[in-house]
Amino acid sequence: MHESSEHAHLEGTKRLFMFVWGWLLALTLIEVVLAYRQLEIKVMLALLMTLSVIKASLIISYFMHLRYERRSLALTLMPALVFVIAMMFIVFPDSIRLYLMRPK
Amino acid sequence: MASLEAASGPGARESAWSGGGSPYAVPSKKLGMWLFIVSDAITFSALLVAYAFVRVASANWPLPFEWPSILNASIMTGVLLSSSLTMVMGVRAAKLGDRGGVVGWLLATMLGGVLFDVLHIREWLGLIEEGVRLFKNPWGDPQFGAAFFTLTGLHMTHVTIGVVYLGVIAWGTSRRKYSAEDVEVSGLYWHFVDLVWMFIFPLVYLMSNKMA
Repeated sequence: MHESSEHAHLEGTKRLFMFVWGWLLALTLIEVVLAYRQLEIKVMLALLMTLSVIKASLIISYFMHLRYERRSLALTLMPALVFVIAMMFIVFPDSIRLYLMRPK
Repeated sequence: MASLEAASGPGARESAWSGGGSPYAVPSKKLGMWLFIVSDAITFSALLVAYAFVRVASANWPLPFEWPSILNASIMTGVLLSSSLTMVMGVRAAKLGDRGGVVGWLLATMLGGVLFDVLHIREWLGLIEEGVRLFKNPWGDPQFGAAFFTLTGLHMTHVTIGVVYLGVIAWGTSRRKYSAEDVEVSGLYWHFVDLVWMFIFPLVYLMSNKMA
């Protein structure tokens, strides 16, 4: 199995970990710089969350090794997590209502 | 029913789901840690959503973090990310059977965790000094204190527990009580604590910097 030995070779190299670490630091730096731009708050939130989801994916895939586990593990864990988090936002319109109905 | 018999007959390709083994092909401890991580991720998500809820509803949310605070939180982020790198090196050493390497890398990781806690507690004390309490603060809506301290406090608790956990694993590894698998499972926990901070940092700090 040439392919799998190559895989095993790549999954544990110091270089790969340093590379991922470097990207995580770079993305953090970009977030800090972004935070000091004059952007509309919704745009800022969307940008920061996109970058954070990328960082989280890097950590899960490489540091937590999920990319190299059987696909079924990720498919069991991740959709459930995303679904539950999405369901939490079901109450969110009430928050906006509170803002709009606040005493002037 | 013929097709069912054929699927279980001799020479049939065994499905990972036919029972008797782990369909995920991971040790039970690792699966257990993953399940814990998912449930803990839901806990933190609930706190972050609650924080977002009160903040959106608020007309006067405090934006107290000036540059020194943002710099402090950025350094904390760098420290935590670097401790994840040392952790991954520890797991690698464990797989190579290098027990001394594991202990060294785990101690470096714990040092990162302690440094993170020290920087964080210093910041907490600064905010308390300025008059931030759970239900009041000098700047705006009172829920700020409760949201901030609960969210970052639970995370700090996780970091502290992680430092103790890694200490136990390092000690057990040096005494040949723990295997590479135990080191890897503790690594999953540590990376998760790092991952949670990747959301707390932008949402709690960057979105509350004073010029925003």
